[in-house]
Amino acid sequence: METVNIKINGKPVVVEKGTKILAAAKKVGIKIPTLCAHNDLEPWAACGICVVKVEGSPRMVRACATDVVEGQNYITHDAELQGVRKTVIEMILADHPNDCLRCARNGVCELQDIAADFAIREIPFKRNVKDVAIDDSTPSLIFDQKKCINCGRCVQVCQQLQNVWALEFIGRGEGTRMAGAGDVLMSETPCIKCGQCSAHCPVGAIYEKDETTTVINALKDPELHVAVQIAPAVRVAVGEAFGMEPGSISTGKIYAALRMLGFDAIFDTNFAADLTIMEEGSEFVHRLTNQGVLPLITSCCPAWVDFMEKYANDMIPNFSTAKSPQMMQGAVTKTYYAQKVNIPREKIYSVSVMPCTAKKFEITRCDDMKSSGCDDVDVVLTTRELARLIKRSGIDFATLEDEQADSPIGHYTGAGTIFGATGGVMEAAIRSAYTLVTGEELEEIDIDAVRGMDGVKVGEVDIKGTKIKVAVAHGMANVQSLIDEVRQAREKGSEPPYHFIEVMACKGGCIAGGGQPYFTDDEVRAKRIAGLYQDDKECTIRKSHQNPEIKQIYAEFLGEPNGHKAHELLHTHYIPRQKYKK
Amino acid sequence: MSVENVGEIKFSDSLTAFIMDWKEKPGNLIMILHKVQQEFGFISREAAVKVSEMINTPLAKIYGVATFYHFFKLTKPGKNIIQVCMGTACYLKGGQELLEELGTLLGVAPGEVTDDELFSVESVRCVGCCGLAPVMVIGEDVYGKVLPDQLPEIIAKYRDK
Repeated sequence: METVNIKINGKPVVVEKGTKILAAAKKVGIKIPTLCAHNDLEPWAACGICVVKVEGSPRMVRACATDVVEGQNYITHDAELQGVRKTVIEMILADHPNDCLRCARNGVCELQDIAADFAIREIPFKRNVKDVAIDDSTPSLIFDQKKCINCGRCVQVCQQLQNVWALEFIGRGEGTRMAGAGDVLMSETPCIKCGQCSAHCPVGAIYEKDETTTVINALKDPELHVAVQIAPAVRVAVGEAFGMEPGSISTGKIYAALRMLGFDAIFDTNFAADLTIMEEGSEFVHRLTNQGVLPLITSCCPAWVDFMEKYANDMIPNFSTAKSPQMMQGAVTKTYYAQKVNIPREKIYSVSVMPCTAKKFEITRCDDMKSSGCDDVDVVLTTRELARLIKRSGIDFATLEDEQADSPIGHYTGAGTIFGATGGVMEAAIRSAYTLVTGEELEEIDIDAVRGMDGVKVGEVDIKGTKIKVAVAHGMANVQSLIDEVRQAREKGSEPPYHFIEVMACKGGCIAGGGQPYFTDDEVRAKRIAGLYQDDKECTIRKSHQNPEIKQIYAEFLGEPNGHKAHELLHTHYIPRQKYKK
Repeated sequence: MSVENVGEIKFSDSLTAFIMDWKEKPGNLIMILHKVQQEFGFISREAAVKVSEMINTPLAKIYGVATFYHFFKLTKPGKNIIQVCMGTACYLKGGQELLEELGTLLGVAPGEVTDDELFSVESVRCVGCCGLAPVMVIGEDVYGKVLPDQLPEIIAKYRDK
């Protein structure tokens, strides 16, 4: 590693060559304020708040985008710099609605924090708030351009991390604004609802559709039996809203909080993750042993499904027909569970708590999502909304005693819980596919090849002499190379490069979904992922097919995996969709 | 803004050939958009979507470029395009008053088209004959040292054309 010796406010520091001033300052405990820089993104130098001085030079440079230079001393804070920064913030606020009390980001807003730190009491510039209507055309996200500060994070995320290109800046100069591709409603762009734009937005310009009030109304309706499920990734993140470390496993506290909120049945999407493995694993083994279409591609992620239907619908034959765990849980809640407790399905209200904004879209994706005869899932809350609901209800989350989920569709294995991390679905599938093929149990069940943060991970699994080639991609932009490989092999008529591919739209998997607590970067991702693997380790049963409740539901209700009833309730289909509405 | 359902737009053979010729070349987008505007007078959403598919470039990028440059028009201009120069000299000599008077006479602001689609009004930067300030251009005709009260007569000429 080539290093550079520099000084930050006179204090010597050695950093790697190519480090930006912003990161170098952080190393010595100096925080340079910024509204556009983000650890996930290339510097864009949009906001201008991070300006610093280079000793001996009259120029100010932007700390986010400037490499450190050997021997230089950077002044990060002095009266003049504070003045410049304050002016920039005042100019941003002059163009901002400043209606913080009614804003989705009230209390978790980067602009609000900076304005507070700089003690902005007046705005000495002419007010000029954009006059653009709110766009709530998707079921997942709300776009309020009036609040946009043109930092560019959403556009970069949408184009570079996700390769979706639903967002772009249009116009120029002071007329520049973020807009849906072609300046149309978001529902008419290629948007896949992943919500990474909302997770990266520093202000309240892009946010999830809040449905906490819908849930509160359902809970107070005496006619309704309200069931809830929580996704794997929620348990290692929601605690952050209550001052806990990212990655803290708070499954038992969430169950307790949900019970206090008045939910009648507390289930866990991890159960349905185990169910997904039974269905998808069986589908894989069937394709493998019957010359079916390979590679099999996972379909748990609704943003990925939406992307595939728009950008890669030649992959439809490769897609697993298995529904996502959320939709499976919803389907068995309103059928199997409804039968067990003898409540008509119309009287059951099914709520899910997801790390994801696309899950709000998934529940109405197509008619297969009504397999019980009505909506299998009625409403989706993101992790952020759950935190809000808990706070609003006066529950001291951090001190709650752990509780258990309800039977018969609430218990899970370690395989189910790792669904929330990149590579987790693949790992869980391998643990069970091995048994489905050989009839024996896999001994070494930690599959390191599919773990970790590399954008594309490939590995080989030996199932008693059959070499299974697997690939895992996360962060939508990373999937392209895998799709290209599969297409090339198909065109040449050669063996497919892989047997099984897992894709998750968000970098790191669902643990960093678009509905998770704010301020997610790779450090936070690593902690949440570690939390899920820890949860897996602590489970006594770590393979989906060994889950007693899974065995029970097949024996009592579903019959065989991939059987007739399973197909009716737990599988779906895909259609090509237009990228741009014409 | 909501997308209206419309049929597929048809490009002329020469435009199609031009696009295919430029497809793989760097800097192709601006060249292609020029050509599209030449053929249709503006760049419609249908045309932009078609270009996007032909050269495998995101629609977002096409709109980013097309809205950045004043030259590109995204709405169909009127039959007669009235350009009022707002360069420094023309501005000082009363360009703004011309725009205002046109607004009164035609009921449109810069960038808009009259209901009868006969006129669109645009403000442009220097057209290169500052000695004639304030300058107004209609189609290919250049008018110099224009006074607001001359406008009704000038416009009338184009109404009957």
